[in-house]
Amino acid sequence: MYNFEFEKPATIADAVAALGAEDAQALGGGQTLLPTMKQRLAMPTKLVSLSGIGEMQGVCSNNDGSLSIGGATTHATVAAEAAAQYPALADLASHIGDPAVRNRGTIGGSLANNDPAACYPAAALGSGATIVTNAREIAADDYFQGLFTTALEEGEIITGVRFPVPEAANYQKFLQPASRFALVGVFVAKFADGVRVAVTGASEDGVFRWSEAEQALSASFSPEAVNGLQVDPANMMGDIHGTKEYRAHLIGVLTKRAVAAAS
Amino acid sequence: MGKQIITLTVNGEKHEVAAEPRELLVHTLRETLKLTGPHVGCETSHCGACTVDIDGKSVKSCTMFAAQADGAEITTIEGIATPDGMHVLQEMFREHHGLQCGFCTPGMITRAYRLLQENPNPTEEEVRFGIAGNLCRCTGYQNIVKAILAAAAELNASKEAAQ
Repeated sequence: MYNFEFEKPATIADAVAALGAEDAQALGGGQTLLPTMKQRLAMPTKLVSLSGIGEMQGVCSNNDGSLSIGGATTHATVAAEAAAQYPALADLASHIGDPAVRNRGTIGGSLANNDPAACYPAAALGSGATIVTNAREIAADDYFQGLFTTALEEGEIITGVRFPVPEAANYQKFLQPASRFALVGVFVAKFADGVRVAVTGASEDGVFRWSEAEQALSASFSPEAVNGLQVDPANMMGDIHGTKEYRAHLIGVLTKRAVAAAS
Repeated sequence: MGKQIITLTVNGEKHEVAAEPRELLVHTLRETLKLTGPHVGCETSHCGACTVDIDGKSVKSCTMFAAQADGAEITTIEGIATPDGMHVLQEMFREHHGLQCGFCTPGMITRAYRLLQENPNPTEEEVRFGIAGNLCRCTGYQNIVKAILAAAAELNASKEAAQ
């Protein structure tokens, strides 16, 4: 890998300043960035580690019942600390990658990378979370903009994520056992004002909301409500692990399982 | 971009080492500190042969820069045996034939060492889930899982005996 400068600031302000350098790159847990740099697919001149910033760590409850998670919080910490208040989110975090990956990888890193098969984008979009950065707050509906593409500007850092806690929720992941990413993953969340369904791993455009299922489930929150609904395979990803049609089919199956497990 | 001085406490011993920012922790351990227990297997974060214990957590040392470990306490396979002899996990891997070629074994045992502290009484399923990040191409995992479960039983029995 090409060499670079390494900085580990202790505050968000110092991190933002350090990221002002040309081709500087924020470093979360590095579980995607390091493999990418080894392949020379990324060649930052400077890495700014976010792991030393205390105010970006941990899980805390807000007065309005929502849950705030620091951007540099590891999957393992979310799995442990969000379990009481938002079990579906903790369960999702506890099945990302493997134990060593969960000890390093962070929620902010995952959301900033927006891998089309990652789990956290489904949770954020399915929960209607708010992505909090050093500069502003971005609704999940506006944040995800396609494969590895987000609303983040150059040098902008995800300092935290705020999750409204639904009445019931569940994430079903059809594991791609070699990569441990989702071949298809579906996050279903039932709120007082309706149901949200977010799908990862399936679409050529990354995570998306399945609006037909949301309408059907908002009318009747039962697995049967999804009967007869079908995602168009045309825009699905197809590869050696699964055809477009297979992924489209799995979305329906996993949505039903998620509803059954949530209700 | 020159070398930076970082401090690592490895197996109880404090070291100051100079490392370029791009140097991976596994290379610092193997080449600077001559601890060749952590193996470089896939170097893509999949196989877990490089697993070490950092501040009480299992980490793949090929997917971390040495600079990120500055100030950390690290345990490698070399630090797991006691002055009295092998760790129970090492004994059980031998007893139950939990290895064939042995390449994955340092990472496997280092991971199991932490797993049994996180969950001293795991089910077979929990052991398999807990070592999901450590690949073995020889054993089919049967004897590895047996060895870890046997070590858990042994450690629990000696804890009870001590009480």
